[in-house]
Amino acid sequence: MNIYEQIAHNRRMTWLVVSLFVIFFLFIGAMFDMLYTGIPFFSVIALLTAGFSSFMSYRYGDKMVLASCGAHPLDLDDPAQRQWQNVVEEMSIAAGLPVPATFIIDEEDPNAFATGRGPGHSSIAVTRGLLARLNREEQQAVAGHEMSHIMNYDIRLMLIISSLVGAVALISDWANRSLFRSRRRSSSGSDSSYSIIILAIWLITAVLAPFVSRVLAMLVSRAREYLADASGARITRNPLALASALEKIEMAVKPTTSGNHGHAHLWIVDPRGSNMGMRQGRVADLFATHPPIELRIAALKKMAYEPSG
Amino acid sequence: MIGWIILALLVAAGLWLAGAYNHLVALKNEVLNGWKQIDVQLKRRYDLIPNLVETVKGIMKFEQDTFTRVIEARNKAVSVQGIADKAVQENILSGALRQLFALVENYPQLKSNENVARLQEELVSTENRIGFARQFYNDIATKFNIAIQSFPSNLIAGMFNFKTAELFEVSDEAQKQAPKVDLNLK
Repeated sequence: MNIYEQIAHNRRMTWLVVSLFVIFFLFIGAMFDMLYTGIPFFSVIALLTAGFSSFMSYRYGDKMVLASCGAHPLDLDDPAQRQWQNVVEEMSIAAGLPVPATFIIDEEDPNAFATGRGPGHSSIAVTRGLLARLNREEQQAVAGHEMSHIMNYDIRLMLIISSLVGAVALISDWANRSLFRSRRRSSSGSDSSYSIIILAIWLITAVLAPFVSRVLAMLVSRAREYLADASGARITRNPLALASALEKIEMAVKPTTSGNHGHAHLWIVDPRGSNMGMRQGRVADLFATHPPIELRIAALKKMAYEPSG
Repeated sequence: MIGWIILALLVAAGLWLAGAYNHLVALKNEVLNGWKQIDVQLKRRYDLIPNLVETVKGIMKFEQDTFTRVIEARNKAVSVQGIADKAVQENILSGALRQLFALVENYPQLKSNENVARLQEELVSTENRIGFARQFYNDIATKFNIAIQSFPSNLIAGMFNFKTAELFEVSDEAQKQAPKVDLNLK
């Protein structure tokens, strides 16, 4: 897959995810309409809600993700952060893209992610620990990796997925609560059809949604990490630096605590602890959002000893 | 009937011609823009060098030769015209700067000086930016060259007199050594 196919693929997938989301809402709305109103009242509301939240996550999702990680703008008087800003600017020159906004997260565990709508509306966040542990070349490699996520529009797809999945989780919570509240008072049986709908929504969202979201996140992010590694290495022309950066990140044992909410797939290395990347068993493989780090490192090392193509 | 077919073919050929021509023009502008980006970074370097020299001059009293060489190389690089000559002068300047960086290593007071460290980081970054801007230019120029040399777009390139873009050939050692300087500094 070349970069243009990758971009086209990402745009298509983004539309697909948004459509699925809207259809899901429409389905819930239509269920209420069939039982209560007979006119498409709830359907329209559901449609508007779905459209509105899709638009909001497209427009402001990156800010929400950054805020939920406690990311704040760089302090350019600090030498380490000044250097990181420079590294990011260097990489955007190398990739021929506008400079993304840069953020820092006060955390010891080395990790990084990019988010946004695409080139021109993108941000890169990095933890303090990454700046402390990685040398300049390795930082370049990480920035190059993130830059290729931006270039490929990976960030847009990932952003939409994580915020819409978040919205589904909210509905699931709501259904969960109303279900237990109505159970307590529904001895009369008058609103049993209501309970059935809530139960159906709850079943769909609570049982299916987490599974679907995991599968989606996994589908979109695993092959992508290899691709971003490869095109990141192409930007820096230095695959070995990325390999050693990944090695260093992997060696840090602590999980990235700010990366624990639904956006694990955004980060360069799975923030839920390095053990995840090491297990290569069938089941771990099936549900991991990232490919095992050793395989990524091996692929990069192989790249370094091959004539560039 | 034949007339219609010929007309259709002519229209198709015209559309293709316009499309291919526009594609070449777009590529050419990207190449020109890539070239300008290199200039932006070179300018950044010209502006930083006098600052650095001013800051370290007081302490590095015995390195007058190196300073002169850096400043001379800088002034020459600013004034010289022509792509090839400019590339040569820029390489000489890079070499002189590397030498200066290596000498700074001998002065512990300088290494611990915040201002010097900051300027040095800016210069290291500028060297990298120049390198990456050239790399990007070369990539895009190669794309342009392939487009104007391969069939059938070479016909259009010939018709409208598109010329192959010149590639940067910076010696490999120069490219590879620039980032290594700062590794020792960390």
